[in-house]
Amino acid sequence: METILQISNLTKKYGNLTAVKNLSFTIKKGNVYGILGPNGSGKSTTLGITLNVVNKTSGDFKWFDGAISTHEALKKVGAIIERPNFYPYMSAYKNLKLVCKIKDIDYSKIDEKLEIVGLTERKHSKFSTYSLGMKQRLAIASALLNDPEILILDEPTNGLDPQGIHQIRAIIQQIASQGTTILLASHLLDEVEKVCTHVVVLRKGEKLYSGRVDEMISSEGFFELKYEDEPKLLQFLEQHASIEKTTQKDGLITAFLNTPLSASEFNKQLVESGIYISHLVMRKESLEEQFLQLTDNK
Amino acid sequence: MLRLLNIEFIKLWNNKASKILILAYFILLSSIALISAIKFDFGMFKFHLAEQGIFNFPYIWHFNTFVAGLLKFFLLIVIVSMVANEYSNKTIKQNLIDGLSKKEWILSKVYTVVVFALISTVFVFVISLILGLIFSSYTEINIIFSDLEYLVAFFIKLFGFFCLGLFAGMLIKRSAFAIGAIVVYFFIEFFSYLIFKGFYRDSDIVDNIYNFLPFKSLWNLIDEPGSRLGAVKELASAAGQDLSYDYAVHWYEIAIVLGWSALFIYLSYRLLLKRDL
Repeated sequence: METILQISNLTKKYGNLTAVKNLSFTIKKGNVYGILGPNGSGKSTTLGITLNVVNKTSGDFKWFDGAISTHEALKKVGAIIERPNFYPYMSAYKNLKLVCKIKDIDYSKIDEKLEIVGLTERKHSKFSTYSLGMKQRLAIASALLNDPEILILDEPTNGLDPQGIHQIRAIIQQIASQGTTILLASHLLDEVEKVCTHVVVLRKGEKLYSGRVDEMISSEGFFELKYEDEPKLLQFLEQHASIEKTTQKDGLITAFLNTPLSASEFNKQLVESGIYISHLVMRKESLEEQFLQLTDNK
Repeated sequence: MLRLLNIEFIKLWNNKASKILILAYFILLSSIALISAIKFDFGMFKFHLAEQGIFNFPYIWHFNTFVAGLLKFFLLIVIVSMVANEYSNKTIKQNLIDGLSKKEWILSKVYTVVVFALISTVFVFVISLILGLIFSSYTEINIIFSDLEYLVAFFIKLFGFFCLGLFAGMLIKRSAFAIGAIVVYFFIEFFSYLIFKGFYRDSDIVDNIYNFLPFKSLWNLIDEPGSRLGAVKELASAAGQDLSYDYAVHWYEIAIVLGWSALFIYLSYRLLLKRDL
């Protein structure tokens, strides 16, 4: 598979603060990547470095195998960072004309892209009169103008109302379904879970995980249990070969599995040991729980 | 280059404030012609400025470039805000993300500055030519086209001044503060010059140093033309003063201003390279 972006040992320091620490990952064509991390984990800084607006302290990054200079590469990239930046006194259409000029492409795509994000009717209104949701959609239209090899979105739904969030997600999913490579930075886990195939998890500028989303949620799941005689249940769980560990919270005992075990089989084993529990639920961890585990443990 | 100018033109021409300031500047430039209409008529004392020889070739080149030079402040506002607004709208960041290199970004501003200076120069040339043809007592071709170095000096003067504006905008990132800073610096340079001049009245050392500073070097390019007027000279000689003075445009004056311009452009580029946006 063709490599679009390769980041190797990238480090960025702001004075004493290390925003990105020795970060490496690779973006391959055709996948949808998510960069996950709490606020201040270095997501935007990493994207800023690859987009030529933040200077790296050390390390390296290469666009398209390093065959062309960064600013030439960026003409084949569509990106929005944090909030939409346009000339407030110009209409959407004129703003996009300017982007066409910068990217060295002709104006023919403007109307098509405005149609995708649903701004055709307002295309001659000044940018300053737009709502945040419209501004964000215009930013997506602008990023799509050159039919980019990769679309980079940094917190695209930040600050939007539920309707706006829904619109943006629908647009992203539509673009992803057409096979465009997407890199989506977000602290919203369900967002990443819904659209991404691969994920990079960051915390304090360090990479905690990178790989497929479904492999990240790869644990065998866990049981939530309730029983009056807790010590007896705990003793049973401790001796059970398939249970990796247990935690207790709010009268619920959570038992994590290390090998596959069905709920009915587990229930049978409990009954055979003379334990009749009052509550049994088997669950798989959501990305959110995985993420919290990852970011808390280290 | 045309692509970069085109980008900058779209940005400027769609901005109402810039558009009005640019138009106002050129209207004011044309209004130099109105000076010809200045007439005083106090019975005994009749005074018609146009007949005092200010529109005589080649003096008109000197006079008009000097007066037009005073109006450059209008375009300074446009230039400072065209840089500073990119910071306040964060569009500089978007420009770079969209694929403009940092070098191209600075170049687009520098080209714009050159175009502004060039258009102003051509404009002043045409207006002076017309005024001269109407009012000048001498209309021989070789007299008309003598002393044209004042137009070169005018171009360099505008270019240098606008480069200063470009740098101030880059450095301070807010138009109002950047213009304020330029004005404050101007007064610092001007008053410190007067003060030191007062201390060292008899030596040239103060002039020799200040001739290398931005504003004094800009000012030196086109010396004030007033004392060259026939009427003023007569008055002065009546008062026993000799005002003969070196009015020429010197190569080293041009070199100093070009040196500053290069420094301002380079520093702006360095700032853009070093800064995290």
